[in-house]
Amino acid sequence: MHEMSLAEGVLDLVSEQARAGGYARVTGVWLEIGRLSGVEIEAMRFCFDAVVRGSVAEGASLEIDETPGSAWCLACAASVTIGHRADPCPRCGGWQLRPNGGTEMRVREIEVE
Amino acid sequence: MQGQGHGTGGGAGYRRAESGTPDTRPVPTQGSRRLAVEREILAANNSHAARNRERWRGQGVFAVNLVSSPGSGKTTLLVETIRRLGFVFPVAVIEGDQQTSRDAERIRATGAPAVQINTGKGCHLDASMVERACASLDLAGGGLLLVENVGNLVCPAEFDLGEAHKVVILSVTEGEDKPIKYPNIFAASDLMLLTKVDLLPHLVFDADGCLDYARRVNPSIEAMRVSSTSGEGLDRWIAWLARGVEAAREGARR
Ligand SMILES: Nc1nc2c(ncn2[C@@H]2O[C@H](COP(=O)(O)OP(=O)(O)OP(=O)(O)O)[C@@H](O)[C@H]2O)c(=O)[nH]1
Ligand SMILES: [Mg+2]
Ligand SMILES: [Zn+2]
Repeated sequence: MHEMSLAEGVLDLVSEQARAGGYARVTGVWLEIGRLSGVEIEAMRFCFDAVVRGSVAEGASLEIDETPGSAWCLACAASVTIGHRADPCPRCGGWQLRPNGGTEMRVREIEVE
Repeated sequence: MQGQGHGTGGGAGYRRAESGTPDTRPVPTQGSRRLAVEREILAANNSHAARNRERWRGQGVFAVNLVSSPGSGKTTLLVETIRRLGFVFPVAVIEGDQQTSRDAERIRATGAPAVQINTGKGCHLDASMVERACASLDLAGGGLLLVENVGNLVCPAEFDLGEAHKVVILSVTEGEDKPIKYPNIFAASDLMLLTKVDLLPHLVFDADGCLDYARRVNPSIEAMRVSSTSGEGLDRWIAWLARGVEAAREGARR
């Protein structure tokens, strides 16, 4: 379950930001997770709650913005929306696809006090 | 889990945009403020990986990250590969497993240096573990660095170690649909080795169908069929490695 490592990565990033700004607490964390990233959202929430315990972000709310998957279809020469990496192009049914969106795993914002 | 739209709902205390998708950013409460972060979650691993890659480039090391499910035949393949390579250039191995140093011992029996990393509960190697392991290997003269990742078709896909290529190993006993069931790891790999092909006569396994599935998630993936038991296909795999080593050493000399 790599969501545990990802949650630790989130905590490291937000703790560093809070420390750098001299804030005592992180009360909210906003993530962007792409649908093609392979991250299980429920597992991510579970792991986040576990890793923030006893940290500067204890009890912080977690908001996850799931961005849709998209890919460039070589056959259609167009960008198309896909729900899963193994999905065919919704226009031509082919698989000549290069994902170009929905692979993100980012910390966008935090709320501090 | 995909497509259920969980995790984006904003309840009380979250503002909504006038129209369209809800704005789920927390509303600042009294005495608090919002800070833009905009950093990759894996930023720390990625910068470790970039450091590894830079060091290996300077040393002329061709590093390969072998990923697969448990028991696909990685260590057996590495042992056979090292035996056949015959030390025409330096070869070193990093073994990742949750527990035991059995795989590193199997490698050392060939005469090649090997470092075991035990990840405990961790399900993948990360770039800083590999960096620490490299401290006890002599890679200054360049050559081949084979990294056997923890047996897991999910997590290692997301963790760059600084390798030149991820190589995904799929044994024919696992079923031909693995590439579409675990697409991220096949998408992240440049080469798929279909292993244990000596067993094909005893199985119902559609090797062409398997490659077809792999190309659905990665149109440019290369593929080879190998058997560590019969030796089938090993020459091609070894030639692929030797070409990589040659290019890496060439690059370091420039
Ligand atoms: N028939 C056949 N069996 C093989 C081949 N390669 C490996 N095996 C067998 O597959 C089993 C697992 O092999 P390992 O090399 O330990 O596999 P691994 O991927 O390193 O395993 P983990 O490190 O535990 O994930 C052993 O019983 C091997 O003898 C092969 O080419 N053909
Ligand atoms: Mg092994
Ligand atoms: Zn198309």
